[in-house]
Amino acid sequence: MTSAGPCDPELKMAAGQQWVLVEMVQAFYEAPAYHLILEGILILWIIRLLFSKTYKLQERSDLTEKEKEELIEEWQPEPLVPPVSKDHPSQNYDVVTGPPSHKIIVNGKECINFGSFNFLGLLDNERVKQKALASLRKYGVGTCGPRGFYGTFDVHLELEERLAKFMRTEEAIIYSYGFATIASAIPAYSKRGDIVFVDEASCFSIQKGLQASRSFIKYFKHNDMEDLERLLKEQELEDQKNPRKARVTRRFIVVEGLYMNTADICPLPELVKLKYKYKVRIFLEESMSFGVLGEHGRGVTEHFGVNIDDIDLISANMENAVASIGGFCCGRSFVIDHQRLSGQGYCFSASLPPMLASAAIEALNIMEEDPEIFTVLREKCKHVHKTLQGIPGLKVVGEAFAPALHLQLENSTGSRESDVRTLRSIIDYCLDRQIALTQARYLDKEERFLPPPSIRVVATVEQTEEEIEKAASCIREAALTILK
Amino acid sequence: MRFGSKTSMTESSAIREANGGPGHGAANGLKVGRNGWVKNQKHHHKKPSSYAEEKVHHSACNGGLYSRPFYESFEETPMLVAVLTYMGYGILTIFGYLRDFMRQWKIEKCHIAREREEQKDFVPLYQDFENFYTRNLYMRIRDNWNRPICSVPGDKMDLVERVSYDYNWTFGYTGRVVKDVINMGSYNYLGFAENTGSCAEAAAEVTVKYGVGVSSTRQEMGNLDRHEEMEKLVARFLGVESAMAFGMGFATNSMNIPALTGKGCLILSDELNHASLVLGARLSGSTIRVFKHNNMQSLEKLLRDAIVHGQPRTHRPWKKILILVEGIYSMEGSIIRLPEVIALKKKYKAYLYLDEAHSIGALGPSGRGVVEYFGLDPTDVDIMMGTFTKSFGAAGGYIGGKKELIDYLRSHSHSAVYATSMSPPVVEQIITSMKCIMGEDGTTIGRERVQQLAENTVYFRRRLREIGFIIYGNNDSPVVPLMLYLPAKIGAFGREMLKRNIGVVVVGFPATPIIESRARFCVSASHTKEMLDQALNAISEVGDLLQVKYSRHRILPALDRPFDETTYEECED
Repeated sequence: MTSAGPCDPELKMAAGQQWVLVEMVQAFYEAPAYHLILEGILILWIIRLLFSKTYKLQERSDLTEKEKEELIEEWQPEPLVPPVSKDHPSQNYDVVTGPPSHKIIVNGKECINFGSFNFLGLLDNERVKQKALASLRKYGVGTCGPRGFYGTFDVHLELEERLAKFMRTEEAIIYSYGFATIASAIPAYSKRGDIVFVDEASCFSIQKGLQASRSFIKYFKHNDMEDLERLLKEQELEDQKNPRKARVTRRFIVVEGLYMNTADICPLPELVKLKYKYKVRIFLEESMSFGVLGEHGRGVTEHFGVNIDDIDLISANMENAVASIGGFCCGRSFVIDHQRLSGQGYCFSASLPPMLASAAIEALNIMEEDPEIFTVLREKCKHVHKTLQGIPGLKVVGEAFAPALHLQLENSTGSRESDVRTLRSIIDYCLDRQIALTQARYLDKEERFLPPPSIRVVATVEQTEEEIEKAASCIREAALTILK
Repeated sequence: MRFGSKTSMTESSAIREANGGPGHGAANGLKVGRNGWVKNQKHHHKKPSSYAEEKVHHSACNGGLYSRPFYESFEETPMLVAVLTYMGYGILTIFGYLRDFMRQWKIEKCHIAREREEQKDFVPLYQDFENFYTRNLYMRIRDNWNRPICSVPGDKMDLVERVSYDYNWTFGYTGRVVKDVINMGSYNYLGFAENTGSCAEAAAEVTVKYGVGVSSTRQEMGNLDRHEEMEKLVARFLGVESAMAFGMGFATNSMNIPALTGKGCLILSDELNHASLVLGARLSGSTIRVFKHNNMQSLEKLLRDAIVHGQPRTHRPWKKILILVEGIYSMEGSIIRLPEVIALKKKYKAYLYLDEAHSIGALGPSGRGVVEYFGLDPTDVDIMMGTFTKSFGAAGGYIGGKKELIDYLRSHSHSAVYATSMSPPVVEQIITSMKCIMGEDGTTIGRERVQQLAENTVYFRRRLREIGFIIYGNNDSPVVPLMLYLPAKIGAFGREMLKRNIGVVVVGFPATPIIESRARFCVSASHTKEMLDQALNAISEVGDLLQVKYSRHRILPALDRPFDETTYEECED
């Protein structure tokens, strides 16, 4: 491109550089005709733009200071929070006095606990308590820092190693809060533009993780592999149209081992098949199945005999079966190690109090020493599942081996609110007769697919057959009295 | 190394003009601000060439709002150091590429964990580019982080000795313990990280009685009487109507902000807010606008514009506006200009969310945080948030405020509905330590600790300045960042300090702007004067060794200082 246009005023300004002018004139003569015409047109265009007022300037809406002040004066924000009615079902919590273990005092009444996820009864295990106590005497309670800044204790390293060994994976990483585990893990990998295929029944922490990842989310029908494959195929077609984009779009399937909201199990072998067929990674949330399913309590992978290396990431919390606090992710080092710098809940949060880590280690010891405990739990689960069958007006939702079942109303009373109230009266009836139950709570407006209201019935190894029978007959009575 | 050039002359004269208040002269050239704070605009590293010219002087005439002097300094980066820092990163990058090249051709051994063979044809799990920094910069100095400790994280701690025979790719443990390292890294502001004493005793008792877990959520079967007692105590401590506690500080922010705002709401967030606040704001689905760190002009402008123009495109008025700020900023050591924020919030009818993660317990004559520090009314802050991890030596977070707010959170907080409730021993630690701070345990230990922390802070900060370091932040903030700038000095500083048996935190990009790598000390009430002096001597020694005494405005020990009750009497040096 000739840099010196014939009429460039700037260059004329550069006085004393005669040769430039000469060159310009020369260039003018040498330039091809189309070039000159083009430049001529451009110059005319500029002149036209400068002098014509063919368009009207948009009416300027500059406000005066006074008008601004008025606007500011007039603006009334909504209240910070909407008022909550006094009788909102979640306004009045049940109060537990004393330890929330097998025998529990709810609202002043001593009951048998069918409400906490203390599946293995480790919450009031003497060995766990002693280990926690010893740890407290050594480290104090808090860690006063995130893992990076002197918040890594030797017990954290030990726990991570033990979890990895227990699950037979290369590496494990612990979080200080169960909810934050999967919610931090998903956005560590899945970013804007990536695609996540997720089961409709996924629990809330998965939903939050997905939201934080800002990825493209595709829900498939609960446990419906055909629906999932349909979505995967759709995506495959999409990818063929745009192979360049497909090469950088990560794909994940996020499922739960035992679903928190439906108490049924994911069809893991089929998922693994789909994984290799469509090259999608699988993230598995095992909070309800870790320490429950499988011969050694390793969860769904052991239950189905699936090679654990085929699952890219397994996450679970240590708040249910392990009866401590916190959560962990495990898998291959290639996957897990990435979270140490990109898992937000890991990097930016204070680490797990060492005494809770010690308690978790001792819980793992107990689980490893006596895998019989899982068989016992399975028996109790089956027993609970069996005795709850056939209660008029209530249906049991969940697998026979699931430790936390849902009891739903067979026929809704019309509105969610009245359903909730009906179930609450069943719970109150049972509470009066020393059976502690609780409703499964959800944020109605926040859930992607809101499950119907239900009563949780949790089986633990500590419950005796008589207690289970008693609970079942109590619920039956309540249903007969209340659901007329 | 140091720069005493013209720039600093004009700089300090500009400060004097901006700094209208009498009696707070910048005689020593310190960039202090009472009425308006002065700071070079630090976040323009996209245009390194214009870096030195870009200085913005803000001066607000709000001196009357402050009940006490407000001294905050952010000495500008010396030009030469800035240039050298960029060169440092340049060299590291070149070597990084070189080594990546050698790794690719198998000349250098590659230690990176590999994708398994079966999944080689999957879309890569993470971008290679992201890992360039990790592989070639972070890995070289990785030994400065995640140092495992095997004792109480108190004033002194024991470290598990680590060795690496493959340049930090893997660590081995020698089995030895590095004993009695002075801990300048933990957020143990009031020294409640203890394994003896009333807190530990109480926690132990509860462990025996309750066990450590709860295995249910607050709304289901996990609402213990101890939780309710703690929440009442927290409310009383903060001077608010009601409070609620959550199991994790990070989640307190990220799971409750979405319950408060939503679509059609505007969140105004300080640019240096913690990741949890940013995440919470994002999850809420509100529009987020960011104002310059602690800059009230910037905040006011955003507020005005927001109300005048309404929502983008539709121009509907915003439903509500929430201002997110922190009490003490943990990387800058600055204290929020709360009196001005409250004035603005009232003027524009916005709501204020104050995150007191670092300031609760650490500021104010009786440890009630930044609100008390400025002598303000806690009811002027709509949402008082804080954590128990730091000053209380426990874990978790809280939100305090009006009864309606907390009632709403009780039924709508993600945490209350879906997350397991707090561990009983942790709750007990909070109750006991908080009662101690409030003096309800019948002792004066708590109050003394709060006072001791304030004294230690002022002493430690002043001495570092006198030695000639560039120290960021407010004179009363127990978070003390010491500027290192050059990437190579991050690792060197951390290692040299550990050699002298002092544990410090060093931070670089991405936790800080790229050229502002720093070391950070957290002063604790449990540090004795001897410990602080030992640390200061070591820091000075390492400072000479590494040439990091960059300050051109070194304060002279002889000058009388604008401090009153907390100034040390002893003669120094």
